[in-house]
Amino acid sequence: MFPKVKPPLFYINAFFEEVGEVGLLLFRTLKNLFKKPWEKGIFIQQLEEVGVRSLPVVSLTAAFGGLVFGLQTYIGFHRYIGPGSETYGGPIISLGLSKELIPILVGLMVAGRVGSSMAAEIGTMRITEQIDALFSLGADPIRYLVVPRTLACFIMLPFLTVYGDIIGMAAGFFYNVYLMGVNRVIYIRNTLMYIEMWDLFSGLIKASIFGVIIAIIGCWQGLKTEGGAEGVGRATTRTVVIASILILIVNFFLSQALPADI
Amino acid sequence: MIRVVDLHKSFGGNEVLRGVNLQLKRGETLVIIGQSGCGKSVLLKHVIGLLKPDRGKIYVDGVDITALDGDELHKITRRFGMLFQGTALFDSLTVGQNVSFGLERYTNYSEERIQALVKENLAKVGLRGIEHLMPFELSGGMRKRVGLARAIAYNPDIILYDEPSTGIDPIRADAINNLIIRMKNEMQASELIITHDMVSAYKVADRIGMLYGGKIIEMGTPEEIRNSKNPVVQQFIHGNAEGPIENW
Ligand SMILES: Nc1ncnc2c1ncn2[C@@H]1O[C@H](COP(=O)(O)OP(=O)(O)O)[C@@H](O)[C@H]1O
Ligand SMILES: [Mg+2]
Repeated sequence: MFPKVKPPLFYINAFFEEVGEVGLLLFRTLKNLFKKPWEKGIFIQQLEEVGVRSLPVVSLTAAFGGLVFGLQTYIGFHRYIGPGSETYGGPIISLGLSKELIPILVGLMVAGRVGSSMAAEIGTMRITEQIDALFSLGADPIRYLVVPRTLACFIMLPFLTVYGDIIGMAAGFFYNVYLMGVNRVIYIRNTLMYIEMWDLFSGLIKASIFGVIIAIIGCWQGLKTEGGAEGVGRATTRTVVIASILILIVNFFLSQALPADI
Repeated sequence: MIRVVDLHKSFGGNEVLRGVNLQLKRGETLVIIGQSGCGKSVLLKHVIGLLKPDRGKIYVDGVDITALDGDELHKITRRFGMLFQGTALFDSLTVGQNVSFGLERYTNYSEERIQALVKENLAKVGLRGIEHLMPFELSGGMRKRVGLARAIAYNPDIILYDEPSTGIDPIRADAINNLIIRMKNEMQASELIITHDMVSAYKVADRIGMLYGGKIIEMGTPEEIRNSKNPVVQQFIHGNAEGPIENW
């Protein structure tokens, strides 16, 4: 039997239905943000899960991101502007890393690590009726599951990004100064001269927003899981795909919307 | 005490409940029997407010719970304890934390009092000294009992059981039946039990109702059900493959 082909309107409807679901979940999460009881235990556990346990992957990706950025900037200045201009790589690298590359890398890594495990954990709870049990025992699933996860991501992603910025900039510096022999003093001076706090800060705003995207998509997929173990697998994959795409799209619009300097 | 009036629910095109009416009286044990997949769990989830009906009302002591939500609804669910079909123990929490979960949210008892009640309720279901274990370390029968201890810990006056004897051996199943009877006697609770196990149904029920085709087609004492003239009821209680019930 051939699978039935559905009219395009069906997919458009389905799309807006899902947008509505996510919007509603976000709204209910915000509404429950400060309601009691405040699930402190889970929140702290999530801070550790999102933050501390992501340090290894963030370290690695930021280090190699910084290295390759350093490499291409070096080549660019060396080849097109001429020898001696490579010290201007410093501010370029710092800017590119702190405003774009590191927040995106952190977002994608956390989406893969944490978003997927949120979907898997909550999805498993859904299909084994643990979500229903939460409710029957007087807990609000949004307050108990979604709020602490969303808050933990909102808070931890900027920290991971600051950490990634430091690692990435150090890697770029290492490549230029120690491997390519760029003048250390001038490289540092140029970096400090051009980079501003706002450049770092705008990257952190992005990271917080990515954190909310990851947690909400992961929880949303987890909560709507159905169909056994296969359903959990599907929720996990979809979380990573949807969250990653959203991060890249939202990043572009944030880059547009956030002022270049203040 | 609980009155279900004309309850309708469908999922997509699948009409599961098509006008269920029933009444649970105070202190009574009502058993609902029916085939797998006929909507028993869906019915129970409506009673505790986990699902909202497409049509119909559910009254708990005169209050229509289908109109309630959030914290309002939790004031009513405080009166319910529910044992889930697969026990639904929280697998990231210890047995002790599972049992104290409802106490922490429904009461403002001190930590010592909660710990004492955890011990007491585990003892009620015949379990001692397992508070620190994780659910995956327990056998099926123990999980059911922990699930029951969790459901009764905050002293609800209505206990809902979703297939309490399914998935465990006949001897443990009978031990669960005895627990069900004891809960009613000791706690003066009203009980609504969903099962397809007739041995269990005859043993614990004050009244039995049969859910078939999305409706309660017969309701009466165990004796009346046993002597029912309805061929559907007869086929089900004798477990015949031949009869008016369509098999698959
Ligand atoms: N959340 C749901 N979404 C869609 N269909 C459901 C849902 N819950 C139950 N159903 C369907 O309702 C019917 C009755 O299910 P259930 O009440 O679990 O049966 P049982 O009598 O064995 O407990 C089944 O066909 C099931 O697929
Ligand atoms: Mg069921």
